[in-house]
Amino acid sequence: MAIEARSITKRFGDYVALDDVSVHVPDGCLTALLGPSGSGKSTLLRVIAGLEAPDAGTVLIEGDDVTRRPARTREVGFVFQHYAAFKHMTVADNVAFGLTVRKRPKAATRARVAELLELVGLSHLGKRYPSQLSGGQRQRMALARALAVEPRVLLLDEPFGALDARVREELRAWLRRLHDEVHVTTIFVTHDQEEAMEIAEQIVVVNEGRIEQSASPAQIYDEPATPFVMSFVGPVTRIGDRLVRPHDVQVLTEPRDEGEQAVVTRIARLGFEVRVELLPPEGEPLTAQLSRAEFEQLEITEGQIVQIRVDPTGVTKEPASA
Amino acid sequence: MSRTALRTIALGYLAALLVVPVGMVFYRAFENGFGAAWDAVTTPPAQHAFFLTITVALIAVPANAIFGVLTAWVLAHYDFRGKRVFDVLIDLPFAVSPVVVGLSLVLVWGRDGWFPSTEVIFSTPGIVLATIFVSLPFVVREVLPVLEEEGTDQEQAASTLGARNWQVFWRITLPTIRWGLTYGIILSTARAIGEFGAVAVVSGKIQGRTETLTLYVEDRFQSLDLAGAYAAGVVLALLGVTVLAVMTLLQRRHGRI
Amino acid sequence: MGGLSVAWLTLIVLIPLAAVVVRSFDEGFGAFWDAITNPQAVAAIKLTVGVSFIVAAIDAVMGTLIAWVLVRDEFPGRRIVNGLIDLPFALPTIVAGLVLLALYGPTGPVGINVAYTRVALLLALLFVTLPFVVRAVQPVLMGLEREAEEAAESLGASAFTTFRRIILPALRPAILAGVGLAFGRAVGEFGSVILISGNLPYKTEVASVLVYGQIESGNTTGAAAVSVFLLVVAFVVLLGISFIAKRGADR
Repeated sequence: MAIEARSITKRFGDYVALDDVSVHVPDGCLTALLGPSGSGKSTLLRVIAGLEAPDAGTVLIEGDDVTRRPARTREVGFVFQHYAAFKHMTVADNVAFGLTVRKRPKAATRARVAELLELVGLSHLGKRYPSQLSGGQRQRMALARALAVEPRVLLLDEPFGALDARVREELRAWLRRLHDEVHVTTIFVTHDQEEAMEIAEQIVVVNEGRIEQSASPAQIYDEPATPFVMSFVGPVTRIGDRLVRPHDVQVLTEPRDEGEQAVVTRIARLGFEVRVELLPPEGEPLTAQLSRAEFEQLEITEGQIVQIRVDPTGVTKEPASA
Repeated sequence: MSRTALRTIALGYLAALLVVPVGMVFYRAFENGFGAAWDAVTTPPAQHAFFLTITVALIAVPANAIFGVLTAWVLAHYDFRGKRVFDVLIDLPFAVSPVVVGLSLVLVWGRDGWFPSTEVIFSTPGIVLATIFVSLPFVVREVLPVLEEEGTDQEQAASTLGARNWQVFWRITLPTIRWGLTYGIILSTARAIGEFGAVAVVSGKIQGRTETLTLYVEDRFQSLDLAGAYAAGVVLALLGVTVLAVMTLLQRRHGRI
Repeated sequence: MGGLSVAWLTLIVLIPLAAVVVRSFDEGFGAFWDAITNPQAVAAIKLTVGVSFIVAAIDAVMGTLIAWVLVRDEFPGRRIVNGLIDLPFALPTIVAGLVLLALYGPTGPVGINVAYTRVALLLALLFVTLPFVVRAVQPVLMGLEREAEEAAESLGASAFTTFRRIILPALRPAILAGVGLAFGRAVGEFGSVILISGNLPYKTEVASVLVYGQIESGNTTGAAAVSVFLLVVAFVVLLGISFIAKRGADR
């Protein structure tokens, strides 16, 4: 087990940021800490890095108890949301920094820097200053800088949060490829569930200082442990007092025994899928998501009364407490 | 009111209050030729005053620079009870009358003071202490905003990369604050050179021993040696204007980066 | 490390100031009271505070006006003029006095001689306090969003009304902060006034000069007492500025 956080509690004054939180990250795994703002995910990352000291609990990296050790000695690579570039140094000097402070021989340092710059695609920018780089380039520099000293683990704090949507997507895929190549145990913090689902091998969902679930992306989506996880990670709608995924809502034009009636209040065609808003006679409005094919087969119109039921063969398992 | 009217009033005010008077001093100093002015300003007492002023500045400014960086660092990184009070107290030298500064030092180090000493009052150390007092806040006030704006991310990043505390300070913090530090030192130096009231009280104005350049100007004036006063005044004015010019130039260059 | 800074501040600033306070009460509260209520002291204090208020008021108006011209107007040499504003900071106070004397004193070329009058006092204090309001207002003025003014204009407001109702309220905290600093400086000013005002008791002698005279004549208790008064004024002004600045920032 490369990273283990056991029973971490962290308070800021009266505010409890982390409440008895435990996380395991296997060797070489790319894990996402996913949660809304203020959930404590960044705090947890910083506790693992040694940038914050927990009030209780232990942190182990590759079996070593590093809880009382400063960040400097933990051999962690940390990447900040706003890059934390050393503005007064060139890109090359930034990347070399960890090696420079360890007094490595200059030739070896230069070689390693060149190697890393090539890895992240910034070879031709070594002599520039961070202010002359785009946001995406700066973040790649930050990654190269963190990797230069061969850290045991790589920690990224909302690494793409400050970037444009398009750059974010590019870097997301790029990070995944980088991880496949370099295989460092990595944890990254994000509030974007799509990002987590797309690249992580393991997702840890954090909310209000507690872990809601820790599983693979498929399990998180199909077998959410709590209502929070279910609604955070994908779309949800309510039928009666059940929490259901809109694509698990079946719309039927012929009456059946189970299921209830509802009026179609709105149909929105969204390209490849169709969203149908329905209103049952007593109850809250709900949404069903149909594929184009399903929709065209049904031939329903607004105002029509239809039957709705939860697809019994639907994949999503309901959370324990709905 | 029309644009030209406002402009005229503003420029006229500045001319009458600032520009023309300063110009007059230069005129009066060189009225009888550059030679006469040079003679007036190179008399032994004048030379001594000049070197004393520079010496005092060379001690006071670095001392306050170190204090300033230290204090700014502490204020930017830590939260502690009484932090706001401490912050306000740092500005006290701005608000205290120079004469009161001088008096306070006499009451501490003078003959009837709390720590009587013959080495302080009427002597160079006293002048140094007075100068440190009045120029204390400048470096803090210039460096602190820079530290607060930059935040601690860079320093934390350096830490995770394995840098020890002093390495972080030397390689990351200092370069980050270099402009604020420079401005602070420049302003501090101008203040140190120009101090009058506190030094007037503390030094005893002993000509050739404890008379700084500013005291020398007053001395020449009171002795009805207007030429001497203007000449020395011009030296101080030139020092001041040079300080201004250097600041402006640096700010413009810095702004471009 | 924090301890070191506190220690430095205490040694250099706080202990000496404490000595002043202690000394002023050394001979009892009665002596303190006498020192600040004797006619000469009262005259000096009244003059000091009075002139400082007037100076602060003039600074408020002229400082805002100059800041306005520097930010909103364009003319050749504007950059140089902007740099000149800091001249009173760069010039030693004694030279400032000399400078004003050269133009407005007995040897002045334009025939104006206000030496040894209260006008001279006013001039000297206006000189040394010039930058405070200007420098406080400039950044705020530069950061103002024009949209509010444009909205007012589109609704039919005249330039003056727009200034009065939209711009001025936004500038008020900065003006007040600058005024506070100017007032605090004026109250304690020494070097620039001793040459030009003549230091005539009851007429042009300000509190700082009075204190100086008392030190020279060995009356340290009296000097300390008046100094404490000046210190209280300084402290009140500083707190006031801090409070106003905080309120302005909270907006």
